[in-house]
Amino acid sequence: MSVFDGLKFRKVKSPIHDLDPRVKFIYVCVIFAIALIFWELIPLLILFLIQLPFVLLGKVQRQWLRSLRGAAFLAIIIFVTNFVFSFIGAGYRFTAESLESAFALTFRFVVLVESFSIFFLTTSPDNLSLALEQTRVPYEFCFAFTTAVRFVPVLANEAQTIMDAQKARGLELERGNFLKRIKNYIPILIPLIVSAIRRSLELAEAMESRAWGATKNRTNLYVLRMNKNDFILLAITTGILITAVYIRLFIPIPSVCELLEI
Amino acid sequence: MIEVKNVYFTYPNGVEALKGVSLTIKDGEFVAIMGQNGAGKTTLVKHFNGLLKPTKGIVLVDGVDTRKVSVATLARKVGFVFQNPDHQLFSETVEDEISFALKNFRFEAETINKRVDWALNLLGLTRYKKTSPFMLSGGERKRVALASVLAWNPKILILDEPTIGQDYQQKEKLRHFILQLNAQKKTVIIVTHDVEFVAECNPRVILMSNGEIIADGEARKILTDPKIVTEASIVPPQITQIFIKLKNYGFPRDILDIYEAREAILNSLRKGFK
Repeated sequence: MSVFDGLKFRKVKSPIHDLDPRVKFIYVCVIFAIALIFWELIPLLILFLIQLPFVLLGKVQRQWLRSLRGAAFLAIIIFVTNFVFSFIGAGYRFTAESLESAFALTFRFVVLVESFSIFFLTTSPDNLSLALEQTRVPYEFCFAFTTAVRFVPVLANEAQTIMDAQKARGLELERGNFLKRIKNYIPILIPLIVSAIRRSLELAEAMESRAWGATKNRTNLYVLRMNKNDFILLAITTGILITAVYIRLFIPIPSVCELLEI
Repeated sequence: MIEVKNVYFTYPNGVEALKGVSLTIKDGEFVAIMGQNGAGKTTLVKHFNGLLKPTKGIVLVDGVDTRKVSVATLARKVGFVFQNPDHQLFSETVEDEISFALKNFRFEAETINKRVDWALNLLGLTRYKKTSPFMLSGGERKRVALASVLAWNPKILILDEPTIGQDYQQKEKLRHFILQLNAQKKTVIIVTHDVEFVAECNPRVILMSNGEIIADGEARKILTDPKIVTEASIVPPQITQIFIKLKNYGFPRDILDIYEAREAILNSLRKGFK
C-alpha cells in the first residue's frame, strides 16, 4: 500500500502547503501538458529536475520518494515494453537511440507521478474541496469528491484486514495459474465492496440526521485568497508553459546520443 | 504449544507495536489477552498464525518457526476468528461460507459435507444452511464466522473480541461454548477488553500495555489487583470493585463473580447473627 502512502496528505508548515490549491492545480496541469508534448530525454529530464525545489520547499521528500518507489514497478514495465518494441522496430538491433527513447518515455511517466504526488502531498482535502467550491462546482460534487479521497486509506486498511481474514482461512492468493489467481481475489473483493456500500449508506444516514443540505446557500468559514506567492507561482507556471511551447515549435532538441556523438 | 521468544514488531509506518514479548501457551490452555486499545493484543495474536512475522525474535508453533511456513499451513492448526464477521463473509449461502476453508485445505467432498453439517449444528445454524450470510443478523453472522473456522477443527482457536456486538444471552452461550471447547483439550485464546466476560470464565490472563506484557497469571490474581489493573487502564469487574471498597469491613478482596460474592455475603451475615 506504499503507493497510497505516497499520496496521503500530511500537515506541515511550508510555503508550498500555503499555496492556493487552484494555482497548484494549474501548475500540475501545465507540467502534465508539457510532459506530453515532449518525447526527447533532455527536456523531460529538465522537467523532472525543476520540480525538485518544490519537494524540498514542501518538506515532503520522504513521502515523495515513497510515491516514486510505488510507481517504480509501472515505470520498469514502461521502460521494458518501449525498449523491446524499439529493439524490434530497429530490426533486432541494439541502438543507443532506442535506449534513450525508452528512458525518455519512462521519465515522462515519472514526471506525471512526481507532479501529482507533490500536489496531493501538499494540499489538504479540505482546501481541495474549498477550491472546487470557489470555482462554482456544486457542493454535492465537491463533497462526493473529497469523501472519496478521504476514504481511500480507510479502504486500503480494510482490504488488508480482509486479506488477513481470508488467509487465516487457508486462502493462498499466489496459488494457481493466471485465471485462478484472479479468482482468488473474489473472497477479498466481495466483502470489500459490501462493506464500502454499507459504509456509504451509513454515512448518508448520519449526514442527513445532521441536516446535511438544509440550506441552499452555504458560506465558508475559510475563504481562499490569492496572495503574493500564488501570483509568483502563476507567473513561473506561465513562464514555463511559454518557454516550453516556444522550444517545441522553434528549437530543434538535440538527443543525448547526438551530444555525445555516439 | 505456542512459544514467543523476545518478539519485537514494528509496522511499516514505524509504529512499534510489540517491544520484547515472551510467553508460552501450552496445549489445552485457556488464555485471555487483555489490555486497552492499541496495547498490541491483536498484533501479538496475528503472530500465532503467521499473518505477521516478528521484526526481531522468534515465534514457534509446535516447534515450527512461523517465518518458515505459509499462513495457510499454520492456519490448519491455528484457527483465527476475526473481530468483524463482515471482513470474511462473501459466499452465496452459509453452507458455502463454511466449506470455503475446508476446500482450501483440500478436504474430500464427503468430509466437507459432514463437517459443514457438524459445524452448523454446533452453533445452532442448521436452519440457515441455504440462506445468504448477508441476510443474517449481526450476532448470527458472527456465529457463521465462528462456525467457518471451527469446521476444520483447529487445535488452537483464537477469537478476536468475540463478545463485541453480542447481547447478554449470546455472551452466556458463547462463554459456555468456549469452556466446552476448552474442556475438549482445545487451546483457546481470546483477545478482549470485556472484563466481566473474562471474570466469569476465570482463564489465565495476559495483560498488555504499550506493546509489553505487564502481568501474566490467573484472572483472580490479576483482575482483583487494583495496581496492575490501573497500570493497564482497565477497570476491575463491578462485583470486584464493590468488594475492594468493602475490604475494611472484613470482606475478602479477590471476589470475581456473583456466586463467590453471594458466599462471602452469606458468610459475614452468618457471623453477624452469632
